[in-house]
Amino acid sequence: MFTLFFMDLGRKVLSFMYFFGGLTNLAGQTVYLTFKPPYKYGRIIEQAKKAGYDSFPIVSLVALFIGFIFALQTAYFMQRIGSELYIASLVALSIVRELGPVITALIVAGRVGASNTAELGSMQVTEQIDALETLATNPVKYLVVPRFVALGVMLPILTLYANIIGILGSYFICTIKLGITSSMYMHVTFSSLLYKDLFTGLFKSWIFGMLIALISCYEGFNVEGGAAGVGRATTRSVVFTFIMIIAADCFFTALFYFIFP
Amino acid sequence: MIIEIQKLNKKFNNSPVLNDLNLSISKGQTCVIIGRSGCGKSVLLKHIVGLLKPDRGKVLVNQKEVAALNELELSALRSKISMVFQGGALFDSMNVADNVGFSLIEHTHINQKELSERVEESLALVGLGGIGNLMPSELSGGMKKRVALARAICIRPEIILYDEPTTGIDPIAADSINELIRSLHDKLKVTSIVVTHDMKSAYHIADKIAMMYKGKIILEGTPKEIRESKNTVVHQFINGLAKGPITEAVDNFK
Repeated sequence: MFTLFFMDLGRKVLSFMYFFGGLTNLAGQTVYLTFKPPYKYGRIIEQAKKAGYDSFPIVSLVALFIGFIFALQTAYFMQRIGSELYIASLVALSIVRELGPVITALIVAGRVGASNTAELGSMQVTEQIDALETLATNPVKYLVVPRFVALGVMLPILTLYANIIGILGSYFICTIKLGITSSMYMHVTFSSLLYKDLFTGLFKSWIFGMLIALISCYEGFNVEGGAAGVGRATTRSVVFTFIMIIAADCFFTALFYFIFP
Repeated sequence: MIIEIQKLNKKFNNSPVLNDLNLSISKGQTCVIIGRSGCGKSVLLKHIVGLLKPDRGKVLVNQKEVAALNELELSALRSKISMVFQGGALFDSMNVADNVGFSLIEHTHINQKELSERVEESLALVGLGGIGNLMPSELSGGMKKRVALARAICIRPEIILYDEPTTGIDPIAADSINELIRSLHDKLKVTSIVVTHDMKSAYHIADKIAMMYKGKIILEGTPKEIRESKNTVVHQFINGLAKGPITEAVDNFK
């Protein structure tokens, strides 16, 4: 019983080390090849459209709802202590520092990361990635670098947009339902936000964007076993990306707390 | 020799696939490698083009060891070698013309007019002129293989590796692919390695046939020599017999 447990645990640890080693290797190659010419802007723009521009509708919807929900939940307590005015600052800080980057990253991981893994995985099982290599084209440069750059650029932009929409959602609730004036809401929001709040949020989203690209491509490259393998890799990609986003968020939140107290 | 394989060994999950395999192919020769499915023929091709690295042994192409080449040298080598994959391996996000012209688009500064001409010429060579705008999903299995062949010849390679070029297509399409391989050999003096278990195709296109069994080349010779071979393994394989040393080994193992 115990032997089996430890064997299983050992296998899981080894599998994680293998995953982490492979991911680090891919990250190293990707960063190196990002700065190595030739630069193919067309593919980066194509990926930026797929990952960023096409994600605006779903990000808008989710961010707006988050703004509504957060304002209402905060109001529940703030009304009891007669501090409705502080809803604006609480919502702004929470969204800009935490909710905006994390929720946007999770949406993009589910939408774009899964699609990346499925696409690259299908290419792997149909030997298209081998074909790229035989055509003297580095698959990391051709497939990973455009996704890496596009997500690294587009996720902070999407996050900034989600922040605005989320605050707007809260603004509607506060001005229409809770009777806070528009000018007062704006004043409290902007006076509570500091540049470092915005910077730390956007920095985290840049890291999340790169993590999504790397994990989704790594899982796609390592697909084995046909269509079922593509399905398994896609699930693993989304689960690992979610875990890594939350873990990275925890790490950077703690780091920024100590660097910029 | 343009390709020389010396004592090549490769294992997957501790089971040997290639076991001290030796093979030499001269410039301009068409060598057909025959053997049962799963005996490691495709693995051998992947070593020649540098997609796999050997555990032991060497693959020399133009006197250069493939596994020892750096990234730039490998790219240079791959610009002279084309590989036609079993399922075609066409890029399904691009149309036929972009697939065929992929290498030229990626690695040369060729203008649009020249590119279109080269693509159309390659497609015409495989009998598929005028289909450049179609997507791979709109093609039949045979057409996909021929487009893959057009992509391979578009860069005017010195060596073409074919992984089961006639498997899974109708006999007429298969014969046209055989003719094409033969004509590329005759007109362009391309060196070819063809992996197949289609004996009709092998006899038709080969200058030399090599039989692969248990990770080794057990016999090589001209089509005539192979046809007349007394080797029981070769005899069973080329005549497609259910009983013989190949299946006995499997039965004994079971």
